[in-house]
Amino acid sequence: MHFNNTSSPFLEPQNDVTIIMRRVIYALIPGVICCFILFGWGVFFNIIIASVTALSCEALILALRGRAIARPLNDGSALLTAILLAIALPSLAPWWLTVTATAFAIIIAKHLYGGLGYNPFNPAMIGYVVALISFPQQMTQWLAPHTGLHFSFSETAAIQFLGKTPATLQLDSMTMATPLDALKTQLSLSQTISEISTTPIFGIFGGAGWEWIGLSFLIGGCWLLFMGVIRWHIPIAMLLGLFLTAMFFHTIDSDTYSPPLFHLFSGGAMLGAFFIATDPVTASTTNRGRLIYGAGIGILTYIIRTWGGYPDGVAFAVLLMNMGVPTIDYYTQPRVLGARDE
Amino acid sequence: MTAKSKRLWHFNGGLHLPGNKKMSTGQPIARARLPKHLILPLQQHIGEPAEPIVKAGDKVLKGQLIAHATGYVSVPVHAPSSGTVVEISEQAVPHPSGMSAPCIVIETDGHDEWMTLPKPVPDYKKMNPSALRNRIRETGIVGLGGAGFPSFIKMNPGARMSIDTLILNGAECEPYITCDDMLMREHAKEILSGLLIIRHALQARQCLIGIEDNKPEAYAAMVEAFENIRKQQAADTDNIHILKIPTIYPAGSEKQIVTVLTGKEVPSNGLPIDIGIVCHNMGTAVATYHAVMRSQPLVSRIVTITGQGVKNPCNLDVPFGTPIKDLIEQCGGYTEEIKRMIIGGPMMGYTMPTDELPITKTINCVLCASEQEAPDPRPQMPCIRCGECTKVCPVQLLPQQMYWYSHAKDFDKIQDYHLFDCIECGCCAYVCPSHIPLVHYFRYAKTEIWAQERDKQKSDIARKRHEFRQERIDREKAEREERMRKKKEALKKSQGGSNELDPKKAAIQAAMERVRKKNEEIGINPKNTDGLTEEQQRKISEVDERRKRLQQHEKDNEHSINTPID
Ligand code: SF4
Ligand code: SF4
Repeated sequence: MHFNNTSSPFLEPQNDVTIIMRRVIYALIPGVICCFILFGWGVFFNIIIASVTALSCEALILALRGRAIARPLNDGSALLTAILLAIALPSLAPWWLTVTATAFAIIIAKHLYGGLGYNPFNPAMIGYVVALISFPQQMTQWLAPHTGLHFSFSETAAIQFLGKTPATLQLDSMTMATPLDALKTQLSLSQTISEISTTPIFGIFGGAGWEWIGLSFLIGGCWLLFMGVIRWHIPIAMLLGLFLTAMFFHTIDSDTYSPPLFHLFSGGAMLGAFFIATDPVTASTTNRGRLIYGAGIGILTYIIRTWGGYPDGVAFAVLLMNMGVPTIDYYTQPRVLGARDE
Repeated sequence: MTAKSKRLWHFNGGLHLPGNKKMSTGQPIARARLPKHLILPLQQHIGEPAEPIVKAGDKVLKGQLIAHATGYVSVPVHAPSSGTVVEISEQAVPHPSGMSAPCIVIETDGHDEWMTLPKPVPDYKKMNPSALRNRIRETGIVGLGGAGFPSFIKMNPGARMSIDTLILNGAECEPYITCDDMLMREHAKEILSGLLIIRHALQARQCLIGIEDNKPEAYAAMVEAFENIRKQQAADTDNIHILKIPTIYPAGSEKQIVTVLTGKEVPSNGLPIDIGIVCHNMGTAVATYHAVMRSQPLVSRIVTITGQGVKNPCNLDVPFGTPIKDLIEQCGGYTEEIKRMIIGGPMMGYTMPTDELPITKTINCVLCASEQEAPDPRPQMPCIRCGECTKVCPVQLLPQQMYWYSHAKDFDKIQDYHLFDCIECGCCAYVCPSHIPLVHYFRYAKTEIWAQERDKQKSDIARKRHEFRQERIDREKAEREERMRKKKEALKKSQGGSNELDPKKAAIQAAMERVRKKNEEIGINPKNTDGLTEEQQRKISEVDERRKRLQQHEKDNEHSINTPID
């Protein structure tokens, strides 16, 4: 009788990259539904456009690099990047913006660095920042929450694909700055926080509507934690970093600095904490390192939001901390069992 | 004392694995049928192979010495049954490399007749510990947990004269394996008697017996046997604790069980004895008992035959040298599902392409795995740096970094990440979502580094030899010249003339000058190393440095290992 040799361990593996990616995508569902309810069909189109672009780019590059195509294409990583990016873009973003951002994310940020596992920067955030810098106007045009569904399926398609605004409605009257953006503008007009927070863009504890998006990503994130797909270190450290910094300044001057809860439930804080900063490839790998990395993102997010030139800082904060990962990892190596103290 | 209050500690990481142990604990341990041929490798232990003292055609009795130990780290081999030596030849042996090795082949006569054994020791406590160790050595006992290190060495407290803690490892943390479990259930008394003997040899202050809590029957049996012994030998049994430890793989690994039971950490690159602790295996304790109380050499062991690939999984008491094939037959043969032949457990074992291999002292389990139990490896994907491997590593290594450097063949960097502390437990590879065979990479890196160091050592020896030779040539030359000069001088003297220059000095000087030049040449221009880049030069000196450290370390260890058996 002849048997084949393999190497230990022999047990059936319990873990799989594809399963991890898929679970992260499932965990996005509540947030995506919430976005859809608030912003309408544009969210749906964004995801479709980004996904098609991402998968085509991935296949193209794999073919060019002479790699097998089917398996990496199925691993879900490109799809996940696409969806994350699509959610981060404004819901009425023109199709070419989404295509450009996604293609950049996959081709430049991912494959130019060697593909899955080798990219030092979070591809979705690179795509987002490229769009933000190249098309600032389109990138700040968000629909006011709840107005999204005023556009029908075909009207949305017309806006995104043909750039045609429906005759009956004024697009300009329906888009507005995000709460973070508005806050910044108002503050610069020397309004106080308490005055601003009476305006309708503010909800119960965050931006109106945005707080529900934040909550639904939080729910998805908790499910990921529960399933063991992500570990608590990065999201908790990031949210705490953001919260505590915000609390510190808010305590000092509550007229100029918005309350900590507002920061947690506005912009990309929740999405960033559970879905973006936790991208394993670009995050720190040691537990202590993850705490530092997460906290760094939280604090940087606050700094950029408050004093930087952009309303939301999550994307920049993530990319900045990505740069620090090798150093963080190096200095936070766990002590090997039985190693003598140095 | 089975004090429940005794504190336990945790080690980092580890896994909760499906045990799959019930499969093979349904029946009591049975005796394996005597095969027609027994194939006995001369090396069934770590160290120097034994040397045969029989030849083809010799009749041997069960228990008879057939190969004696050579060197310190070595143990003898005994005939597991009576019969005739038919040949001493290369045979396939169970080894991960699939190699063959010299074996003594015995054709059994079916009588299984013991030789006349020496008189058992009536009271081991009257025996001098060193005599006790000699007895252990003569009976061929090695660690039966899998590594096969000669046990008598681990019964030597060395310069310390006594040790603090003797651990008896009953964790048996690998899935499927149940030979220690069954041994504890059925032979608890022998285990504990063996433990007392080992304790005497080591003069251990306390004994800790760790049993994973998935073996309640074994635990109960041990506690019961202990209570019985305590009634008779109360004096010997204080400071012995039988402890249930949590079932976490690899709690049975030596360094991990030390941490769990004592809270101490075995030093990186060190041995438990460095911190006054020695671990022995259940089987070793029983073998020690047999060796001392019955004068029986080690000729058989308990082996778990299990897996979905065999009809009747069970534990067998197997004479060494029995082909695995015969055992499978005794267990009802293979099922349809048989897919892989694994020696050892599913986490740390190795596969063999055939079942025509003998059972040796170190084989605790033969796992006939089905497709479901040991599927073909999945295609490897890139590392996504998820850190799962780090999380489960019981040594707190960074497998993903080690993988990176072994992939890049950067064998210097990988040692900075403590490659040699890796116990190859397989936890990291098991959880890796990218299905990277991490352990395989680490073994490869270790082998490469050993090979490099060996080469380096070889070339060192060659260089030294060359230098010695050169020195000898130069010295002889100088001597010759000196003789010539003396002769001349004598001649001159007899002619009454004298020389201003002291020719003796000149000759020596000339010779010394030649030696110096030679050395300089060697020093400045060693072959193959000219024109090195700075980077290469740095690496070489790093390796040299490490080797020096290693040698130093070895020297330090030599002290503890090479203490003669008094
Ligand atoms: S578990 Fe595998 S994929 Fe994850 S970091 Fe370790 S080696 Fe990389
Ligand atoms: S095989 Fe080595 S690196 Fe992997 S978990 Fe075990 S000790 Fe750690």
